[in-house]
Amino acid sequence: MWAFINKLRSPKWFYAISARLQPVFWVAAAVLLLVGSVWGLAFAPADYQQGNSFRIIYVHVPAAFLAQSIFVSMAVAGLVYMVWKIKIADMAAAMMAPLGAAMTFVSLFSGAVWGVPTWGTWWMWDARLTSMLILLFLYLGVIALRGAFTSRDSASRAASVLAMVGVINIPIIKYSVDWWYTLHQPATFTITGRAAMPMEMWAPLLIMVLGFYSFFIALTLMRTRSEILRRESNKRWVRELIGEER
Amino acid sequence: MSGSESHLSVNDDRSVSRREPGGGLAVALWATLRRDLTLLMRRRSEVLNPLVFFALVITLFPIGISPDPQLLATIAPGLLWVAALLAALLSLDSLFRGDYDDGSLEQLLLTPQSLPMLVMAKVAVHWLLTGLPLALMAPVLGIMLSLPAGSYLILALSLALGTASLSLIGAIGAALTVGLSRGGVLLSLLVLPLYIPVLIFGAGAVQAAILGDGAMAHLAILGALLALALMLAPWAIAASLRISING
Repeated sequence: MWAFINKLRSPKWFYAISARLQPVFWVAAAVLLLVGSVWGLAFAPADYQQGNSFRIIYVHVPAAFLAQSIFVSMAVAGLVYMVWKIKIADMAAAMMAPLGAAMTFVSLFSGAVWGVPTWGTWWMWDARLTSMLILLFLYLGVIALRGAFTSRDSASRAASVLAMVGVINIPIIKYSVDWWYTLHQPATFTITGRAAMPMEMWAPLLIMVLGFYSFFIALTLMRTRSEILRRESNKRWVRELIGEER
Repeated sequence: MSGSESHLSVNDDRSVSRREPGGGLAVALWATLRRDLTLLMRRRSEVLNPLVFFALVITLFPIGISPDPQLLATIAPGLLWVAALLAALLSLDSLFRGDYDDGSLEQLLLTPQSLPMLVMAKVAVHWLLTGLPLALMAPVLGIMLSLPAGSYLILALSLALGTASLSLIGAIGAALTVGLSRGGVLLSLLVLPLYIPVLIFGAGAVQAAILGDGAMAHLAILGALLALALMLAPWAIAASLRISING
């Protein structure tokens, strides 16, 4: 455990190990996303109530999953950075934030598109939509705070603190929005077919979720690698590496 | 010989300071409270501005929406709460700004007393001079919005409880942005999403009081939120201040 944490301190070691891990996740992401989307969009049976429009689920649900787990991983990375001063964790957190915000937006947008055929409106102040919108604002806050500092060290620590504060608040916000929704608006629409979903619909969804996660890991590894090169650009090993490749 | 004596006296000093912190903390807390109160009372406009802002925003709504008392009465709880929340937000930027500019914030960080506790004293002053006056003023504006009778006490209570949480949560944002020259808009972006649970239960308490049931449950949850904020926020504020000062 400690040996592993000590190794993580070295950007050079991470750069080497991620070079081997990265292709695995890219291949996994490509295969899973291809299989999942073809199966889900072309072969899975249409929903008996929603028809073909339910197929948005294959983008909507994985994006929503990622949106939430990226924020949690960002906060965990922030904690690791604050406690053990591991720079890699902060670089990864910085690289994750825009992807998390993008995924939150994708899930909101696909939800809006899905809302037109099922609810007959682009936007509803539904509890889940509202908490996702707030999550998007939390992401934008973390990104903006990181960008506002001129000193990179302060920016990293401030963003870590805000991510941790945010992650404590996410469940509170979620439950209070649920409470608010049940209090102010009777459930006029419920998303049907959530509990009982047949295997043929469920399996491609699972594959898509796994594919989205692989894509997230692969992209984060790639972006963290280039961030390592950028931040360590005056170190000897990076110069040697770039010299070699030239 | 004289060297060993001075060595002894250093040891003595240390043992004295080791025994002291219990009393030292209370003294430091009291000093911080009194200093901040005095400073703010000498700049009264800073205390009054959020209140004037509160009244102004409330004036905008009947002009912008409709002067119809029935319509205003239905939206009054939410309006009063949102306007009070924005007024509290407006006053946050100055919470640590003056101390940061004149360097006394650095002195606060250097004191041997626990920083989270000292920060609590500053937040308490902020609540005493913004949250509490807003809560006391809200019923008057409630009359202007023809808020239904019987909800006035709950309105003031919910605001008094809620603004304490708002001050604590907002202080985290203020501490994070105090080192930035133009942190104002960023501060609202950071803090407003975190204010939403307090807004929901605060406005909900007033709604419940109008409907005649369940206001106490809402107030209890507001109290729970405050307890949670009291427990966690001081540490986050202290850590954020350290980041802002070192950066």
